This record gives sequence, structure tokens and C-alpha cells, in this order.
Amino acid sequence: MSNVAITASTIPKASGWKLFLKTVIARAYPRIIGQQREKSWMFFDIFLPILSIAAYVFVYRAIGAPEEYIGFVVLGGAMTAFWLNVLWSMSSQLYWEKEQGNLALYIMAPNSMMAILLGMALGGMVATLLRALVILFIGGWIFQVQFMVADFWTLILVFFLTMTALYGLGMMSASLFLLLSREAWHLANLAQEPIYLISGFYFPVKNLGFWIALSASLIPLTLGLDAMRQLVFPSAAQFGFLNLHLEIIGLGILCVLFLIGARYLLHYMEKLAIQEGRLTESRR
Amino acid sequence: MQTRKTDSLSVLWRSFRLATWLGWQIESNWADPFLFAVYSLIKPLSSAAILVIMYSVITQADFESPIFPYIYLGNAFYMYVGHVMTGISWAVIDDREHYKTMKYIYTAPVHFPSYLLGRGVARFIIASISVLVTITFGVLFLKISIDPSQVNWGFFLLTLLTGVAMLALMGLTLAGVMLLLVHHMFGVGEAVAGALYLFSGAIFPLEVLPAYLRPIGFLMPITYWLELLRRLLVGKVASSFPTLQSFSNLQLYLILVTLTLLFAMLSFFVFRLCEKRAKELGLIDTVTNY
Repeated sequence: MSNVAITASTIPKASGWKLFLKTVIARAYPRIIGQQREKSWMFFDIFLPILSIAAYVFVYRAIGAPEEYIGFVVLGGAMTAFWLNVLWSMSSQLYWEKEQGNLALYIMAPNSMMAILLGMALGGMVATLLRALVILFIGGWIFQVQFMVADFWTLILVFFLTMTALYGLGMMSASLFLLLSREAWHLANLAQEPIYLISGFYFPVKNLGFWIALSASLIPLTLGLDAMRQLVFPSAAQFGFLNLHLEIIGLGILCVLFLIGARYLLHYMEKLAIQEGRLTESRR
Repeated sequence: MQTRKTDSLSVLWRSFRLATWLGWQIESNWADPFLFAVYSLIKPLSSAAILVIMYSVITQADFESPIFPYIYLGNAFYMYVGHVMTGISWAVIDDREHYKTMKYIYTAPVHFPSYLLGRGVARFIIASISVLVTITFGVLFLKISIDPSQVNWGFFLLTLLTGVAMLALMGLTLAGVMLLLVHHMFGVGEAVAGALYLFSGAIFPLEVLPAYLRPIGFLMPITYWLELLRRLLVGKVASSFPTLQSFSNLQLYLILVTLTLLFAMLSFFVFRLCEKRAKELGLIDTVTNY
């Protein structure tokens, strides 16, 4: 028996929840460490959102908007980082993995795909949180935004629920992208401006009318952003779409819905993609 | 001698023509025509709708105010910047990282700058449809008052095409820079487009910017291009802002042409320099999978 075989046989094999946890950590690792190794993200991931924040801030200033709207734009602009991360690094990630030939390896390995998605979500969330905080800090400083947190723990709860539901949605849509080829890129690209519009990233979503805002609430950032604005800007309660408690309950329901949905959809889509031979195809 | 000149002209034209066809196939054949049309219209209309809602929330939908056509038309024509300038530079990423065909293009009898410009034509067509739909929507539903009999269409078309040529040349400069970049080149086009959006007075008069930032706007040809397009479509409404009030339409056009010529020289120089350096560094067909 060779040395390699002896070493391999002495490594304890993880299984069950230990394997699940190890997979989560292994997939989250490159997301967090990657940004330490490639520092240029600081320029692109912070500078770009600040440019669009600045453009919208100056539009509000040109039309004489009250100062709280500047705060709404800065907070909304910071939250775009999470939406972009979910779109490009969660939903369409399995498509990229397919393009690079990793997807087949994921499927062959003895780990759970759910653990891989969870690792991607956790790693992406931590890395994006850092970006969003820097954007918020710089944007707030440049445009002199006054943040006054009314209830810190409720704010943390709202943020946690929003992220859980949002990344649950990302995990769910990742499984749909398993079936897609080059249209994946276009569909992810399409889900930017329309979502900024209906989720009220740059204005209170209440202004879209009740039914549109309610439909848009299926995207967790709609309720999450509205609730966070109510908690961070004292005057925002009058611009709020729903009562804060209702929004928290809504976010809780979305969390359960999307996480369970992700579990079932992933299982179903993986089976379908295998049956249709889509896991290793590459239609550029 | 004459034959050699004709041959090289024919290579330029062939590279441009085939790249135009290829660009159109890449942009459009991933979906059926209906889905493609919906895709091409939803994005620009959504970004216009964000501004319309922001405006109407604050002004109680006062669409008669001159600032509204300023914002709306500036945003509509700015779509060309994203599509043409960023589109041309994006072709480098597409061919190098995605399709991995860059080395084949370089080893084929293709004039690369003409090829890149050709790849931008499809984006120009898509942008033109988006701009047309956005402006038509504004005229029909948002009281953007354009009187076709008052518009000097010849001058308008000349200005539009001059601006598109200027954007294509800026795109070529960016494409040259992208040949040298390995990581994060995906963000370069967007970064430049975002900066121009902010500094060119596309959606707000330059007076709104802090005084120390305004000179950047005055150096950008896009500032004059957008101002002239707005003036040619909505006349006095657009010229009621002090930024460029002291310039006549002809003066604005001359400034635009001068800056375009400067950019033309700069873009060919920068592109050649970057291309040479990329060859020296072995970056032409680098695939990072980043």
C-alpha cells in the first residue's frame, strides 16, 4: 500500500451534520478570504455604488427634496450590494460553476448541495456586509446623513430576518439557474433596475401604491429596507409602507417560505437537470 | 501600392461588417424575439421609472417644470453611453474570458480596432430602440413636449451620430485598458459610465455639483452632447439652466466635435500602446475565470 493510501485511510471521514458543517465552512471560506487577497474590490465594489448613490442624491437636491430622502438613497444604495451579491454570486453562481466545470464535481462529491449553497450564502453575506457598511459610512459622511437608531435590537432583528429571507431566495433561485445556460447572465442582468424600482431602493416603496408594494414584498429587501428606514430615520414612519411589526412578521414568513422552498426546489431541479443532461452542458 | 491600400481598407471593412453581424447574434439569439424585445425594453424603462417616481414624489408630479425634461431626456440619451462605450470595451471580456476566442481573432486576418467597433453596432441598435421607446413614453404619458415641426432633424441627427462616434472612441480607449487588466476588469466600464453619469450633468444641472467638481463636467464631451440633444428636442426648456446658457447651439457642436477629435487621437494612441504592452506581457489571451 502506498503512503498516500495509508494517509488517506487514516483521515477520519466526516459524515452527517459534521460533513454538512465542513462543507458550509469550505464553501464560505473562499468568499471571505478571497476579498483579503484581491484588494481591488474596495475600489469597484465601493466606488461604483457610491457613484450611483451620489447621482440620485444630486437629483434629489436638484428638485429640492427634504434631507431625509438623501438618507433613504444612501441606505438603499448600501443595500444594493446585497441584492447584487444574491443575483451574481448566489442565483447565477451554479451557472458559473457549470461553465467552469465545477458543478459536476459538486454533484459527485458526497456532500449536500444545500450545504454548498448555505456556505456560498454565509460567505457572501459576511463579505457583502463589510462592503455595505463601508458604503453606508462613506455615503453618510459625504452627504452628511443623520442616522438616529430608534431601537438597536429591533434593527438587528430586521436585518437578520431580511438577510435570511434574501439569501433563502438566492438559494431557491440558484436551483432554477441549474437549468439555464447563457440566458442566465441576461436574466440576472435583467433583475437589477426593475428590482431597484419595485423594491423602492431610492424612494419609499409606499409611493408605488399598496398592491404594487405588496407584490414587491415577495422580495425580502422591500420590507426589510422599509423597516430599516423606519428604524434609522425618525421621520420615516410617515413614509413607511406597513406598520413595523407587520413588516417583521412578513419577513419571518418569507424566511420560512424561501428556506423550505430552496430545499425542495434544489432537490427537484437537481433531479430534472440530471434527467435532461443539463449539468455539464455548455452553450455559450 | 494602390492594391495594398485597397486590401487594407477591405480588411477594415470586412472586420467591421462581420463583427457587427457577430455582435448582433451574441446580443440577440439567446432568446426568442419577443423575450429579447421585452428584455431590451424593461431595463431602460425601469431606470427611467426610478427617476420619474423620485421626481413625482417630491414635486407632486409637476411634469411641466423645465427640470423634468432635463432629467428625463438626459437619462434617455445616456443609455447610449452604457451601451456603446461599455459595450465595445465589454467585447474584450467576452472574447477573452467567456468565449476564449481572443487568440483566434488575433491570429486571423482581422483589424482588431475595427472588429471592436463593429461589436458595438449591435449595442447601438439596441440602445437606439430603448431611447426611442423611452422618449415616446415620455411624450405620450409624461408631458414631455417635443414639437416635431420645431426640431431641426438634420442637426439633431448629426449631433447624435457625432456623439455616438465619440462614445465608440471612448469605448476603444477602455477596451485598450481592459487588455491590460486581469482582475476586476468587469467593473471598469461600469465605473467609467457611472462617473460620467455623475459628472456630465446627465440627470441634474452641473450647478448642483459642488464647485470643485464642476470642472470635470466641463472637460467631458458628453456634457455638451447631452445639452445639445436636449436643446434640439425641447428648445428653450432645456437651455433655461445656467450651466451652458452662454453657448449657442453651433458653439456647443463645435466644442463637441473638437473634443471628439481629441478623443479620437487619444483613443488610437492609448489602444495601440495598451495592445503593445498586453502582447509584451502575454495578456492577450489570459483567462482568469475570475
